[in-house]
Amino acid sequence: MRPTPDSAGALDLSGRSRRGLLSLFPSRTRGNLADQVYAVLVRSMGIVLPLLFGFIVLRIGVAAWPAIRSFGPAFVTSTDWNPVAREFGALPFIYGTVVSSFLALAIAVPLAVGLAIFLTELAPRWLAAPVAFATELLAAIPSVVYGLWGIFVLVPFLRSAVQEPLAATLGGAIPFFAGPAYGFSMMSGAVILSIMIVPFISAVTREVLTAVPRDQREAALALGATRWEMTWQVAIPYALPGILGGAILGLGRALGETVAITMVIGNRPDIARSILAPGYTMASVLANEFSEATGDLYLSALMEVALLLFGITILVNVIAQLLVWRVSLRGGR
Amino acid sequence: MYTDLERRPSFALAGTLIAVFLASGCWSSDSNAGSSESAAEDLGSVLTLTGAGATFPFPIYSRWFSIYSSTHPVRVNYQSVGSGGGIRQMIARTVDFGATDAPLTPEDLAQMPGTLSIPTVIGAVVLTYNLPEVTGTLRLDGPTIAAIFLGEVTSWRDPRIVALNPGVSLPERAILPIHRSDGSGTTYVFTDYLSAVSPDWTTRVGRGNAVQFPSGLGARGNEGVTGQVEQSPGGIGYVEQVYARQNNLPAAAVRNAIGEFVEPTIDAMTRAAEGLTERIPDNNDFRLSIVNAPSQGSYPIASWTYLLVSPQFAECRTAEALIDLIRWSLLEGEADATALGYTPIAMEIRVRELESLRVVTCGPDHRPVLDSGQLFNPPNR
Repeated sequence: MRPTPDSAGALDLSGRSRRGLLSLFPSRTRGNLADQVYAVLVRSMGIVLPLLFGFIVLRIGVAAWPAIRSFGPAFVTSTDWNPVAREFGALPFIYGTVVSSFLALAIAVPLAVGLAIFLTELAPRWLAAPVAFATELLAAIPSVVYGLWGIFVLVPFLRSAVQEPLAATLGGAIPFFAGPAYGFSMMSGAVILSIMIVPFISAVTREVLTAVPRDQREAALALGATRWEMTWQVAIPYALPGILGGAILGLGRALGETVAITMVIGNRPDIARSILAPGYTMASVLANEFSEATGDLYLSALMEVALLLFGITILVNVIAQLLVWRVSLRGGR
Repeated sequence: MYTDLERRPSFALAGTLIAVFLASGCWSSDSNAGSSESAAEDLGSVLTLTGAGATFPFPIYSRWFSIYSSTHPVRVNYQSVGSGGGIRQMIARTVDFGATDAPLTPEDLAQMPGTLSIPTVIGAVVLTYNLPEVTGTLRLDGPTIAAIFLGEVTSWRDPRIVALNPGVSLPERAILPIHRSDGSGTTYVFTDYLSAVSPDWTTRVGRGNAVQFPSGLGARGNEGVTGQVEQSPGGIGYVEQVYARQNNLPAAAVRNAIGEFVEPTIDAMTRAAEGLTERIPDNNDFRLSIVNAPSQGSYPIASWTYLLVSPQFAECRTAEALIDLIRWSLLEGEADATALGYTPIAMEIRVRELESLRVVTCGPDHRPVLDSGQLFNPPNR
């Protein structure tokens, strides 16, 4: 049963009945002391966070202003990043961030969803719990550890087992896989990001699959559906908005990931067509160059990169929210 | 209308925070006091000096400062945030001293006129490489290194490398140059050297903490460069010399200004700063480039790392403590520096640096901090 406005808490009513900011702080005419304290606390926090968000945007914007003024829109389209000559263009970083994150998503989503389906639909309980635990443990590994593992294990492996064969066979025909295979590349960055975001996506997917009502599944089976059909035609469509939500969570993390990808992507501000070539991301250039940046314009340019990263993250999230919203409307939930 | 009833929760919260803060503060001062007896005696008058800057000298600075704190009522809080951060904090006057690897630029100096640059130790940059086939030490010269990092020399069999290494059978491998992706004093020293020896490098790249490398891969930190070189046969990268020594990395011998191939030993680096006394101008501006020094046996890719000291302090107590700290570090700290793998600066230059601190004044009446009668004598050993 959905709560009607009348059945909502007395605090809520007293808060909403008056206008403006004042309504966020209820008078003490109703409710006991604990309720009052609670209401003031949570409402303050509700105000503080949006204020903090605004403050961060404002500060970064102010710091980025000299660069915005001196480079204009060329900052987003130029590929030249030369601190010595004081010329700054962010396109290679934007490209690297977006491409590496979406590549990572393309690798991680099938992996995470497949894992979640296995764990909720097929795996015996004695196996499901430890596997789920191990997956979630992946989220607890510090990213610098991922980075070091990337340098010493993943990159040599990818280079000799994947990238060199790819460059030698498909590289001539498909520019995506053109050599030389250095190892440190966009592909390595995407792979390490995908490993880092799998636990988030699979945890959310597992939750939403578990939440699919039992009678829906049983109805499908009763109509003669196989297990496969039941999963793909009933459970997955039902859980799709949640799965997309998990993917967004992962994408957000991939866009902002810094240390691990910096260590394996090769840090070259180039826009290369091949995913075997090195790249660079916005978060990486910030982490790399901020502490030693001298000169106001240089710092300001880095701040503008930060502002753009902020903007891209918000943009991607808004688009993804719209997507989730449409999917859940169509799903008729 | 708000009454104190509604404010009480925030008071309670603030009270809790203050209590936690005090508790942690007490705990940390207790633990610090326990570590040194003299500090515990004068707990009331312990002075804290704050500094920020370069990461390269951080190990030796923290060693110097902790030894100094154990015998003096001064605690030094040095944050190794990077040279750029150190310079910014000096300009903003949020620290008592700064530290930088690259010499202050005229623009930086214009924002904090009169700031003194005091060299402390010598840093050097070594070229480490991954050539499993080569057992001896690789030999390189400046123009060839520049050509490698410009992407012009792309094979280890290139005639220019072969000519420098007679009798060494070099493999037919592609060269993969690896540079620092993070802004770094190490990159400054390296590019300063390449700019000094290669006109091509000066016009196409230039010198700086972060530059636009025309080719190769970028790696974060000394450990990142080392890792990528180790994982890439044919790779070559530059790392800071203390780091290279501690990790026993192969290091190329580099041809110096008088044509000798010199390996990066402490002796070779000390020689890089020899014969510099004449080059220091009368105004005691120590911001000299010491790369490609013409002295015999000197390793060419070397540089000083600097402390930054303001010429005027508001608090005389702070100024006196800081200058005594610098005096102690420069005169008494040599053995610790050598033990950690740093190269000390020639004593005559260190004495001259201390003399240059006589211009520092403090207080509203701009009183000189150093007594004009005080002499700086090297410790007797």
